[in-house]
Amino acid sequence: MTLELILDIVAAVCMVVGCLMSLAAAVGLVRFPDLLSRMHAGTKPQVFGLLLLLTAVAIEGRDPKMIPLLILAWIFMLLTVPVSAHMVGRSAYRSKHLHEENLTQDDLKNVVDYASTRRED
Amino acid sequence: MFEIAVWICGVFLVLAAAGAIYRLAKGPSLLDRVIASDVLLAIVGASLAIEMVYNHHMNNIFLLVIVSLIGFLGSVTVARNVGTGKP
Repeated sequence: MTLELILDIVAAVCMVVGCLMSLAAAVGLVRFPDLLSRMHAGTKPQVFGLLLLLTAVAIEGRDPKMIPLLILAWIFMLLTVPVSAHMVGRSAYRSKHLHEENLTQDDLKNVVDYASTRRED
Repeated sequence: MFEIAVWICGVFLVLAAAGAIYRLAKGPSLLDRVIASDVLLAIVGASLAIEMVYNHHMNNIFLLVIVSLIGFLGSVTVARNVGTGKP
């Protein structure tokens, strides 16, 4: 059980679980009822799956000089995916995608109503 | 041992891409398609990472960053312009 073998095994496990994450994203995308829940499936596994894959790349790449670059790549993904999901959710909420029956509690309703009333006066 | 892991990852990514393309085709509204294309881009990024792991190099890290940024820009512009209703 040399160090090389252990690192290979860890990288292989990280890689497989990372790809399992994107499979979970796709399954969630297909099976969830409405858009707002599909957003959960679409964005969360992306970030975590990419983290695992980048650790696998870092382990197999074998030179620690590149680690900051991988961290930068992951931070870009970490910053951009929630923002795009927020924008999609925001326009989905305001357009026809809101299915009241799927929501247990709606915090945004009074904020949106207040904003729309304020816009008239 | 390593080839098996890469083969398993390939199968997972193919199934994930099939699910994302199914949602892209069927998605009732534009926003579903935006989310599906985001997941598809993440799958492209994942395949890039697997190729880097398999061939023990780090050459296309920049391509991975660019792919995720372009995916972000695309979905934000679509999300921004679909909801406003103004022409």
